[in-house]
Amino acid sequence: MNAATIGLNAATIALVVIPLVILELGLKLYALYDLFAEDRRVRGDSKIMWALIIAVASGIGPLIYFFVGRDDSRGISMGNVPAAPAASIARILATWPALAESTDAAVSTTGLTKRYSGGVVALEDLNLMVPSGSIFGFLGPNGAGKTTTLRLLTGLATATAGTGTVAGVKIGGTGGELARNIGYLDQDPRFYGWMRGRELLTMVGQLHGLHGSALKQRVGEVLEIIGLTEAGGRRIGGYSGGMRQRLGIGQALINQPRVLFLDEPVSSLDPEGRRDVLEIISRLRGTATVFMSTHILNDVERVCDRVAILNFGHLVIEGPIAELLDRYVQPIYELEPEPQQPGSIDRLAASLRGQPWAHEVKTTPDTVRVFVDDPKVAGPAILPLVLGTGVILVRFERVRPSLEDVFLRLVAESGPPILPPVTVPVWGLDGRGGRR
Amino acid sequence: MMGFRVLLLKELREQFRTNRFVAVAAVFVFFGILSPLTDRYMKELFDAIGSQGGGMTFTVPPPSPDGAAAQILKNLSEFGLICALLLAMGSVAWEKERGTAGMILTKPASRAAFLAAKLIAIALTLGFATFLGCAFSYGYVLILYPSPFSFGGYVAMALLLWWVLVGFAAVTMLGSSLTRSAVAAAGIGFLAFLVMSIVGELPVIGPYMPTSLGTTALDLVMGKDPGFVLGPILFNVALVPALFVITWLTFRHQEL
Repeated sequence: MNAATIGLNAATIALVVIPLVILELGLKLYALYDLFAEDRRVRGDSKIMWALIIAVASGIGPLIYFFVGRDDSRGISMGNVPAAPAASIARILATWPALAESTDAAVSTTGLTKRYSGGVVALEDLNLMVPSGSIFGFLGPNGAGKTTTLRLLTGLATATAGTGTVAGVKIGGTGGELARNIGYLDQDPRFYGWMRGRELLTMVGQLHGLHGSALKQRVGEVLEIIGLTEAGGRRIGGYSGGMRQRLGIGQALINQPRVLFLDEPVSSLDPEGRRDVLEIISRLRGTATVFMSTHILNDVERVCDRVAILNFGHLVIEGPIAELLDRYVQPIYELEPEPQQPGSIDRLAASLRGQPWAHEVKTTPDTVRVFVDDPKVAGPAILPLVLGTGVILVRFERVRPSLEDVFLRLVAESGPPILPPVTVPVWGLDGRGGRR
Repeated sequence: MMGFRVLLLKELREQFRTNRFVAVAAVFVFFGILSPLTDRYMKELFDAIGSQGGGMTFTVPPPSPDGAAAQILKNLSEFGLICALLLAMGSVAWEKERGTAGMILTKPASRAAFLAAKLIAIALTLGFATFLGCAFSYGYVLILYPSPFSFGGYVAMALLLWWVLVGFAAVTMLGSSLTRSAVAAAGIGFLAFLVMSIVGELPVIGPYMPTSLGTTALDLVMGKDPGFVLGPILFNVALVPALFVITWLTFRHQEL
């Protein structure tokens, strides 16, 4: 059978075949070109599989690839870029309006409670007052209820009971007046991978009502603060984790918020990235109230004025860091034995445990830490005990207790609350369509 | 609707940047060209195969503009349905899963605007693709047949086809807002299609189903009297806004 036998002349063949071949081949080649672009990531991480789908599955292959195969939320990282110098950040923030002097709390909650269907209590009766202008550290172990609190305060979740205000605006629901006054950074910020960093900030600025030269200037300032001026023209899909985190802070800052909520802003960053982000946060003092959830206590000590500790959904303590250290810290003596003394740590610990002045004895592979009630009694008593064990020390000192020590002690003391038994739901939506 | 304009521009830009706009348009053009050609040459092709011997006989209706219209409607509605499902399945679910919905909705943007921007962007993409596909089809019908079908009827068919596809996108978007899984959303959209197809066979309420509008559309193209169509058409016109309102009601208090 040939073309002549079915009555097709050359013009008909051209009419029938050429447009279809051009269309199908063009679409397939375009999809393959897109697939093998340097920074393209695909679902399942197998470009070969997607190439086969594009090649084999007729005209629908490219369609399936473009809709399902591309993963625009991820890209091949093009490498990190250095953060903005501190002086540059300070210079820009100095031009931003300072927070007005106010005795009102920036964040205030009364009896804020969140229970999920099935009786799971995420937050119970939270009463909190965060002074305006402070950098507030919201601490707690994983699952303590920190993220739930932030979601309630930003309107992403609805409280089961209790009330609260942020920047004088009642919480509950998204959009509206609350959104105009806050900035929010999720703990794992993921943006539109196809967008460029500058475009994202521009879009968020437009949502906040900025336009024209004011918008352009604000986007430029924020890009400089977060150190992404050069990278602002690149696709977000190609950003490193640190760059995404900085962009997240940028989008939260674009409206010069009165209250900035940051959920675990540094937990996924390397030391350099942590330093950069903490530098930005510390420079915001006086420009915004920063409410930052974290479990990295060194960072909190470095930038925060006040902290609250949450455990099992219950507020354990709240106050200025210095006050907490004074009130809850116990003096600690640290003993480090000379190496190559088998069993020295165990012998030291055994001699110190059981002493009436030793509140607690903790060991590490290299040191023994003794928490004492009264250093005047314990100090002179420790060395004679060490001599009795025959262990030679290379170091014996009274160390400055840290926030971590206070945190661990208070969390351990607060323990799990006594709650009625709960049934954890497997899947589904609660009555308001929210996640269980 | 607070933030609607900004969000609509974002959605349209996303359709272009992720090549979805181009891919959907290309598929519609492909089948827009293929459909009249299939009708025009199918009989000749089968006659030629039959003449090669082997005792096979094929009964294929002779090519006609009406047959071409039926092919166009069949192909564009089938592949258009797939496009509508693909466009809408992840529209809300993926944004919830990735956390971008939370990022946007903690800004001064209403949830209604968030959803409306998505549905309108999908409707515009489907509308442009339907226009292109139908335009190419009409061009080929003009070339292949001496007397083509009614232009007015054909435009009406294209509009009905577009609106039915928007309806399926709206159902799938409702599914997408109810779940965090795009696949589940596509399943809901497809299930709705199956249910409507079955209900479409029932008396009294059958003609009101979107799947039944194909017959009406073909009658319009062929210049036949489609009978009582105002009720079903108005019902389907109202179906999309109604689905949008249901989507908004399920999404407005949803925790993100």
